[in-house]
Amino acid sequence: MSTYDRSMALTGEPPKALNLQQKLATFIGVTGLGILTLAVFNVYFPNKAFWLTISLVAISAGIVWFSVAAYAQKHKGIKNDGVMFKSISSRGFWGWIAGILLTGFYIVLYFYPQYLGLVKEGDNTGVIALFDPLSKLLSGNSASQWFVYGTLYTIAILAFGIKFLWKYRHNSYEKIRTLSVMFFQTSFAFLIPEFMARLNSDTFSLPYYDLKNIWPLNYYNFERYRVNSFIDAGDIGLALLIFGILSIFVITPILTYKYGKRWYCSWVCGCGGLAETAGDPFRHLSDKSQFAWKVERWVVHSVVVFVTLMTTAVVYSYLGDDTSKYWLTKTSFLISVAVILTLVFAWVMIYKREQLQKDAQYGAVGYFVIIMALVSFHFFSGDGNVFLFKAETLRTTYAFLIGSIFSGVIGTGFYPIFGNRVWCRFGCPMAAILGFQQRLFSKFRITTNGGQCISCGNCSTYCEMGIDVRAYAQKGTNIVRSSCVGCGICSAVCPRGVLKLENGPLEGRIDSKEVLLGNDVDLMDLVNNK
Amino acid sequence: MDKIVIIGNGIAGVTAARHIRKLSNKQIVIVSAETDYFFSRTALMYVYMGHMKFDHIKPYEDWFWKKNRIDLINDYVTSVDHQGKRLILQNGEDVTYDKLILATGSKPNKFGWPGQDLEGVQGLVSKQDLDLLEKNAPNNKVCKHAVVVGGGLIGIELCEMLRSREIPVTFLVREKSFWNGVLPDGESAMINEHILEHHIDLRLGVNLDEILSDEKRKVRAITIKETGEEIACDIVGLSAGVTPNIDFLKDSGIELNKGIKVNRFLETNIEDIYAIGDCAEQHEAIGNRRPVEAVWYTGRMMGETVAQTICGNKREYNPGHWFNSAKFLDIEYQTYGWVFSTNGKKEHESHFHWRHETEKICITLSYDTNSGKFLGINTFGIRMRHEVFDRWLTDERQADYVIEHLKDANFDPEFYAQYESDIVGKYNSEMNKNIQLKKKSWKRILSLGA
Repeated sequence: MSTYDRSMALTGEPPKALNLQQKLATFIGVTGLGILTLAVFNVYFPNKAFWLTISLVAISAGIVWFSVAAYAQKHKGIKNDGVMFKSISSRGFWGWIAGILLTGFYIVLYFYPQYLGLVKEGDNTGVIALFDPLSKLLSGNSASQWFVYGTLYTIAILAFGIKFLWKYRHNSYEKIRTLSVMFFQTSFAFLIPEFMARLNSDTFSLPYYDLKNIWPLNYYNFERYRVNSFIDAGDIGLALLIFGILSIFVITPILTYKYGKRWYCSWVCGCGGLAETAGDPFRHLSDKSQFAWKVERWVVHSVVVFVTLMTTAVVYSYLGDDTSKYWLTKTSFLISVAVILTLVFAWVMIYKREQLQKDAQYGAVGYFVIIMALVSFHFFSGDGNVFLFKAETLRTTYAFLIGSIFSGVIGTGFYPIFGNRVWCRFGCPMAAILGFQQRLFSKFRITTNGGQCISCGNCSTYCEMGIDVRAYAQKGTNIVRSSCVGCGICSAVCPRGVLKLENGPLEGRIDSKEVLLGNDVDLMDLVNNK
Repeated sequence: MDKIVIIGNGIAGVTAARHIRKLSNKQIVIVSAETDYFFSRTALMYVYMGHMKFDHIKPYEDWFWKKNRIDLINDYVTSVDHQGKRLILQNGEDVTYDKLILATGSKPNKFGWPGQDLEGVQGLVSKQDLDLLEKNAPNNKVCKHAVVVGGGLIGIELCEMLRSREIPVTFLVREKSFWNGVLPDGESAMINEHILEHHIDLRLGVNLDEILSDEKRKVRAITIKETGEEIACDIVGLSAGVTPNIDFLKDSGIELNKGIKVNRFLETNIEDIYAIGDCAEQHEAIGNRRPVEAVWYTGRMMGETVAQTICGNKREYNPGHWFNSAKFLDIEYQTYGWVFSTNGKKEHESHFHWRHETEKICITLSYDTNSGKFLGINTFGIRMRHEVFDRWLTDERQADYVIEHLKDANFDPEFYAQYESDIVGKYNSEMNKNIQLKKKSWKRILSLGA
């Protein structure tokens, strides 16, 4: 069934038509983007602060006005009319254009920042120079491509966050969650690191640190230069370093146990924040096939293994051998990594094995054997080449393949093609670790409401993580999936009130039913309890 | 090896097939002239509104059927020869069976209105109806005005669909208030308001008189019986209920009435032929249910039941407590147990009604006037936990108990405003009681540690 729209018109028939206000709002937003584009091509703007303000205000105002024009006149409720007809949200012409432009932007951003006007020695030019006044205001330094990106990223989350708030104004869960991602992006990801930079002096310097960006998402957190500068910064630096370690080993497990991985993925995380706001119109484009689920499991867990190996190798590479200088040496570090991994592996295999699919068991055993083999290999091989490759090679490969290509170019650039959570679903090692815990040890679940499901498919369609929610709902099974980020949209779009995200007792968390509630009581007993 | 043939790939037939496959190794064939693969009929509206594409409303991927050895034949059964144990298909071929399950569903009611077969007059039951609607009402240029006849669940869905393309809609409802043959007056009144809010021209207490044709045998207008008013329109949506789709069985020897007559084992008068879902009619109504139940859930439950019987575990169709749900434009509706309309109330049935001051949220709780026993609840704009109400009905709880533990049943998303204390307050003052609302308890909800 080929239904994509060949029409290049921005408007069409209802429900995909834009009203006059939406058209004007689009024009204003595009004008704001136009100013930035002109700056990229080195059009000279005399008063940079003025033009930057105009541009950013126009972009934000355009988006916000568009949202108000789209939703304010309508009753509160689900607003998915025409989603499958609109070219931008159904892989039509505008969807592809948006995908190509975004992808292009990411390639330039990551690999050719000079075209944006980044000048290493001397004053910036182009669009980066346009952002200098704002950067100087916040941190005192000139802008970099990352400052430009961070600013636009924050504006996207804030402005499209307001759009999302309008769209789901009947749903308190969605409103509070969205305010949360807007807050964490603005403060933790954007303002606080800039202010922290302001504290730096010749004698005191902290690395750029978004406190909510936790290893392994923040794969570079324990690299040598960062660890050194943490340590050099005295008590504050040390506190930050310890916070970084506690984040992944203590804080994360506790919160995930209590609330599921949603506390991070759809309430705090910046990647999730962008996906839930700017990415929301593309959520239904995720692939729901069982095949995609298989690919997802292998790819995302491979990334976890990769990041673990890479980080181990990197930390290993700068540790010393002498126990008298520092308690943590190459050998003791490697042994502790091996011990932690063994403990986790043993716990899963002893207590949780029956909850894992066959391929997950094979995968776990396979990867465990590989890691252990590599760790032990170290003791028999020469120095410097832990895990066969040089740590630096692993690091740069990871940074290129996963850090840039996967999370940026594919993860965000392909929003309009593969949906808004490609990175979170297939690539993010943080999401995989949280998901692993959510699946095996958490109070979180999506409860299915007895026999009320009508198999309509809204839940599956609008699941950004590609979970076939309906497959569970129509069986009367609660949804306990490692990939679920707890965005709550399945529950929101359900027309029959079948799904509820909740944290409850571990007992009875998963219960598969053959015959659903509502039928013969004896039959349900007979079939479901055998 | 038995060969089971199922006519109809709706929820009833497909559920039967799935369960027979789970329980046995029998050969399974599904014949349907509607679509190649099973889809969710209740979701057709979302395809027209652009929430989903047709592929999205198929609950199983296309490889599912082959993997589970369920053969699909896309053809129309013209007749059943029960002596020869075979079906005759439109393409002329025969399909033999050892056991036959009729799950042919419904078709829209037509009450002999003049002009009811004109071009542009249609119901909304099948995939073909959806395709037809896309042709009849693609946009508000081709379809400048629509009339929907019949104030039931499909009627209001049709209105919502057409409004999503900004087609002006006149909605003719025979009753004095929307669906008040089923809903108590307070709820029905609230839905009336909501229909008007959505700019649907709601006409209450009127009947369709005649559908008028233009020179091309296409609908041009309708007239209203009570007022004689003529309303120009390009489409007439018929949603005055459905009737079993059984015309092809007329001379088959299978006993028919309104539907296919079945006993409690869902057996027809002919051995090895069963009927389930919308097309089946019980000899005797079960409890307060109707002899023909055209509901998604009952179709599924009959499928679950007949599969047991066919696989050697002979069982009566013995549905549990009544439940249902729907969505009226933006308002979700759920019901558990029995709440009858104000006019149709049973003897000794009393209602307690609460409605939010400003929001379109309300509940009606029905209870036995004499004993105070809880009979059922309707909720609008509040989601309730099926399992909890099912248990309360089984345990024959008092209405007081239900009110006291209402928080256990709340199924709204987290952080939603909760109205239990309002509800209890009104209940106390109306009933002159002093019930204290209990906190939500997981222990009670999941009946843990019992």
